[in-house]
Amino acid sequence: MNAYIKHVAYVLPDAILSNDTLSKLFPEWSVNKIADKIGIRERHIAAESETAVDLAEQAAQKLFEEKQIDRNSVDFVLFCTQSPDYLLPTSACLLQERLGLPKTCGALDFNLGCSGYIYGLSLAKGLVMGGMAKNVLLLTGDTYSKYIHKSDKSNRAIFGDAASATLVGSLGRVRIDRFVFGTDGSGRDGLIIQSGSNRFPEGGECPPVLDASNFYSSKHLYMNGAAVFNFTLDIVPELVRKVLDQNDLDSKLVDRYVFHQANKFMLETLRKVCRIPEEKFYVGMERVGNTVSSSIPIALSDIGAIEDNSVNKLLLAGFGVGLSWAGCVLTREAS
Amino acid sequence: MTLEDFIAEFAAQFDDKEAASIGADTKYQELAEWGSLSMMLVIALIHSGFGKNVSADEIRGCDTVKDLYLHVSGES
Repeated sequence: MNAYIKHVAYVLPDAILSNDTLSKLFPEWSVNKIADKIGIRERHIAAESETAVDLAEQAAQKLFEEKQIDRNSVDFVLFCTQSPDYLLPTSACLLQERLGLPKTCGALDFNLGCSGYIYGLSLAKGLVMGGMAKNVLLLTGDTYSKYIHKSDKSNRAIFGDAASATLVGSLGRVRIDRFVFGTDGSGRDGLIIQSGSNRFPEGGECPPVLDASNFYSSKHLYMNGAAVFNFTLDIVPELVRKVLDQNDLDSKLVDRYVFHQANKFMLETLRKVCRIPEEKFYVGMERVGNTVSSSIPIALSDIGAIEDNSVNKLLLAGFGVGLSWAGCVLTREAS
Repeated sequence: MTLEDFIAEFAAQFDDKEAASIGADTKYQELAEWGSLSMMLVIALIHSGFGKNVSADEIRGCDTVKDLYLHVSGES
């Protein structure tokens, strides 16, 4: 038995934060030059009353409608988010009800960021291969915009809100092959929201994170861009090598490399360090920004990876907050 | 990588107008364009030129372009 990606869909919130708007908000900042480097012109931002659960519901509805999926066929829903509606209950349980999924359906959230989609594929594959589910609805969704200080121009320029829906099952064309995982919790301070949860509920005794280039309080998203960049330079080339080894795959046979869409400059640097030919390497966050766990499914959808018969082997890699990373290979089976 | 090459590559990361004024004694953190993105550009430059990772603190801890070169080339 194998597990397959059957369909992928995504949604973006309506409101757009453009570079023109950023220029007006931060007139001292050369936004266009920075935009060229990071490869982002627009980011979609959730409305005040709109949550990641709302977006994930829309993504799933879109997938059901466009691909004519019988929602009664879904027997497990996984939701990757760092922006849950509540500390409890589990957002995936809310989504079971809102999507009209059967009550026999299993549901769970998992908290990961930019590596989350790959982890989600591995969990979905495990459920299918273990005979515990036939059709797993893997949802990703985040609204980091709600965590970013309004004066934090760097993070506002990078992150966009989005959600995606992927249907994984025991039948299909695009097979989910082998995985490689990695974790380094010692890098937790590089990308963190310190207070608001149980360690520092009010933020009063929360130790400050020192970086003059970011605006934030302990309740806001903090990113040490330099530390995160160094982390990716350290782990991504090795991750790619290990994923190729794990899948007994020659790098020349990979049609498309789809990495987490962090920003263009970082991706181009990683591409050069990993010696990946430009034409095989996907860079496409210009109109969405860095959408955290939704960036890879958005890329798969934009490439048409599930439908396009010319793409036979894809290597996926996700890396970020945790610190956490993972990679896998997708293979189109001959029909 | 020589100091001259390093200065040229360092300057290439900045706007033409600002790049023309960059030399060994430039205090790079005082450049108008300096920010978190420049930090990333410099990290990439040092990674490709010297095969080394430098932290934000190391970059902040150096004063001039020459100081940074000496730090990463191990000549300081």
